[in-house]
Order: sequence, then C-alpha cells, then structure tokens
Amino acid sequence: MNYFSEAWTWLTDPLTWTGADALAARLTEHLLYTLLVIVVSALIAIPLGWWVGHTGRGRNAVVVLSGAARAIPSLGLVTLLALWMGLGLPAPIITLVVLAIPPLLAGAYSGIDAVPREVTDAARAQGMSEWQILMKVEVPLSLGLLMGGVRSAALQVVSTVMLAAYVGAGGLGRPLFLGLKTQDYAMMLGASILTVGLALVLDVVLSGIQRIVRPRGTAAL
Amino acid sequence: MRGAGPCREAFSRRAALGHVTRLVNLWVGVTGALYGGPVIDFQHVSKEYPDGTKAVNNVELHLEKGACTVLVGSSGCGKTTLLRMINRMVDPTKGQVLVNGQDVATADPVKLRRDVGYVMQGSGLLPHRTVLQNIQTVPLLRGEPKDEALRRAKLQMKNVGLDASMGHRYPAQLSGGQQQRVGVARALAADPDILLMDEPFGAVDPLVRAELQAELARLQAELKKTIVFVTHDMDEALALGDRIVVLRAGGEIVQDATPAELVANPANDFVRTFLGMADGRRTLEVRSTPEGQVVTDRFGRPLGVVGQQEKPMEPGLPA
Repeated sequence: MNYFSEAWTWLTDPLTWTGADALAARLTEHLLYTLLVIVVSALIAIPLGWWVGHTGRGRNAVVVLSGAARAIPSLGLVTLLALWMGLGLPAPIITLVVLAIPPLLAGAYSGIDAVPREVTDAARAQGMSEWQILMKVEVPLSLGLLMGGVRSAALQVVSTVMLAAYVGAGGLGRPLFLGLKTQDYAMMLGASILTVGLALVLDVVLSGIQRIVRPRGTAAL
Repeated sequence: MRGAGPCREAFSRRAALGHVTRLVNLWVGVTGALYGGPVIDFQHVSKEYPDGTKAVNNVELHLEKGACTVLVGSSGCGKTTLLRMINRMVDPTKGQVLVNGQDVATADPVKLRRDVGYVMQGSGLLPHRTVLQNIQTVPLLRGEPKDEALRRAKLQMKNVGLDASMGHRYPAQLSGGQQQRVGVARALAADPDILLMDEPFGAVDPLVRAELQAELARLQAELKKTIVFVTHDMDEALALGDRIVVLRAGGEIVQDATPAELVANPANDFVRTFLGMADGRRTLEVRSTPEGQVVTDRFGRPLGVVGQQEKPMEPGLPA
C-alpha cells in the first residue's frame, strides 16, 4: 500500500506540477493528443460511416476492416511507424487514429442503420433529397449511437496516448516510462492514476453530451 | 411612379403577364374539367425484379381527376408497387406512367414527390419532430415562408380533427389513430391535387379505422382530391372508393368497376371470394320479425334494420 501513498505524495507535490518537466504540461499534451486523434479519425470515419449507412454499400467491407483494425497491436504499429518515420508525433498519432477509427465508424454506421426504414422511406416520399434525408432525418436520429462510438474511441485513445512517450512525444506516458526506467514507482503509479482519472472524467463529460444530442421524442432510439 | 397613372400601371408588362397566365390557367382548368381526362395514366406498365418476380404485369389503368380509386387485393398483388410508381418511389421496368399528361420518368423525382401527397401505413412520421413540424415538412421543402407553412399546418390539424394543443407533441406521444391523422394532415399541407394512400388505416383498431374512414370521406367530399388508395380490406374499399380495382398475385387487374357494379357483378370467383360473397356474408335478406323488419345475412344472422325514412341512395354505396 505504500506505493499508493507515495504515488499520492508525488501527485500532490506542487513541484510535480511545475518546473521544467511539469506534470501540468504533460497533462495538457495528453489531452491535446487525444483531441487531435479524435478529430482526425472522426473526419475520416464519420463521413464514411454515414455514407455506408445511408447507401448500404460497402457494409461488409466496413465490418471486415474494423475487425482487422481492432486486431492490430498498437505497440507494434507505433514501433514500426517510428522506425520508418522517425521519433516524434506522427507515428503515435497515426497508430491512435487506426485505433480510433473502428469504434467511430461503427457508431456512425450503426446509428444510421438503426433509423427505421419506414421513416427514411416516408421522408423520401415527402420529397426530401437524399442529402436532406441524411442531414435532417438520419443524422439527428443517429447522434446518440454516434456519441456512443465517440465515447468508446475517446476512452481507448486516452489510455493509449501513453504510447506517444514511447517514441519521445510526451504526454502522461512520459512520467510513466520515466518511472519505469528509473524504478521510481511512485511516479509511474501516479501517472497511471492520473490517466485513469482523466479517462473517467472524459467519459462522464461525453456521456453528458450524448444525453444532450439525443433528439427529443426518441426515447427508444 | 415616373408619372405613370394607375391605368398605365395596371397594364404594365408584369401585370399583363399575370393576366395572361391567369387566363391560360382558367382555360386549362375549364377545358380540363369539361374534358375530365385521366389525371393518372398507367400505360402497359410492368415491374419485374432482377430475380424474375413480377410485381406488376402489363397494367393499363386510367384514373379520373377528383375521384377516389381503391386498389385492392391480397399481399403480393402489386398494389403498393403500382401506387409508388405514381411518385416514382418505384420505377416501372416496362411501360409509362403519366401524371397530368407528363411521363413521370421525365420528371425530377424529388420535385414530383413534393407535388403529390403520400400517406403510409404506420404513419412514417419523423420521430424527432413535433406534430406541427412534421405537418410543415412539405410546404417548407417547397420553399414556402415559415409563417405560411405554419398557417397551413395549423389549418390542416383542424381539418383532420386534431386539437391545436397536440401541435407540440412528438409522434411517440400520440395514439395510432392520432398519428395517422397527422400523416393525412402532412400529406394535405401543401394542398396537392393527388393524394396517395398506402393502407393508411391498416395499423389501427377497427373502431378508430371506421372513424378515420368516415373522416376521410368527409374530407374528400369537401376537397375533391384525386385519391389513389391501397388496401387489402374490401369493406374499406367499398366504403371509400368511387371506383375499385381488384388485383391478384402477379400484378394483374381482375376487375375494375364501381363499388355497386363490383358487388352486383363480380367478374369471377376470385372477386366473389375476395368480396366475401362466396360465404354468403354479403347476400342479405330482409326478414320480418315481431320486433320489425331486420336485415340478415344468408345464415339468418341479423346485421341491421331497414331504414324508416326514404333516403336517396348514396352514389357508390350499394344498397
């Protein structure tokens, strides 16, 4: 148990949070990387998921690709990419985007797919264009499931951003790897606790957003 | 004003154009009414799916303006497919569908659908929009100003017998019958000439169904829309149709007649069975009982009484 109390002492020490290698800066990096990864993968996965969901085309390809992407070991990929691209941010960011795309794609696609067929059929029969059906009917009705995908992607990313430090790009992984190498287990454990806390806070915030974006009148969806 | 007097103004170019347009419209309207030509025309229409299933087979059908035509038949007879060809929700593989003389294949489907009212089974309301928002859908799609769309929506709510207080409810908060009323109001909101109704009352209980049928008959007497109504319920067809088209599996027309003709002279056993004639349900007799004259079916089960007053026979309703 003294590891925990040492970790706590480390976490609450003002010196940990300030100075040249301040934890505050690592925490900010960690959050920024998470945000960057989610934004980049959302820009790729959400339009693709909506397109697949709306047209019904490429459904099988999406399932196979997401399954395959989930099976890629992140540590292996980041090492491979770092060997190829060098140390720094690109390798972990690409790795994390690969990690985040499957849940986002699944959320975007399944959200659209869950909209009852008779609702889109009626929208079309009233004279909505395909674009209007997507934007005014399918997307609003699918936001709940989409945010579910965002939550699970964010959770995976925020805990895997640790890998950025593995190739020298900072984040909360830095004190973790540093603690591991210098046998400063208080630091290592402190960094882990902080990451777990961050993940929990992020999930609470996102579940709040999920509740807000779910359109009124659709308790069932 | 540039010195132009009111007289000059009245004959300005735009006003003159307006007069001409109005005159042409009037002329088209008058000749159209006199001619009374078909407003919806199926010309040798077939629909065959890639797997070889024939949904509709060489249908020739001319639907009159202002009449309610009921397409009736059991499931898989292509009646819904026929209906959906009118607003291009389905395209025929052979033949043409003309609406007001224009081949719908040459029309922009999105624009066409905004001009044709559509009511479907299970209402098909947008669950994330309120009743008023749902009814305003088509007027807003047609680019009408917001206050005009709202005015039309409120008018239609009243028209279909929905209380104004329902306007801000969501579809999930309504009963099945109320949802169907909203569906009808939505279809009427842009005041289309043609109204397509695909088993609109199929999912509500018999009592509410009868109520909705009566309501539709009342609306139709007032609005005189060209209605194409799909159902598998012969009683509903007899209650609403000015004309009934009976279809059978494979998408072929078996009989095309007025309700009275259909009941008096069913074309064949299929129609007879479909009507319920075969089991004697529609062969009625008047029997004198101590309590008075009673109308019964062939098995002597009482169905009703003979009216006391002389009433003119309602058109389309067989005695």
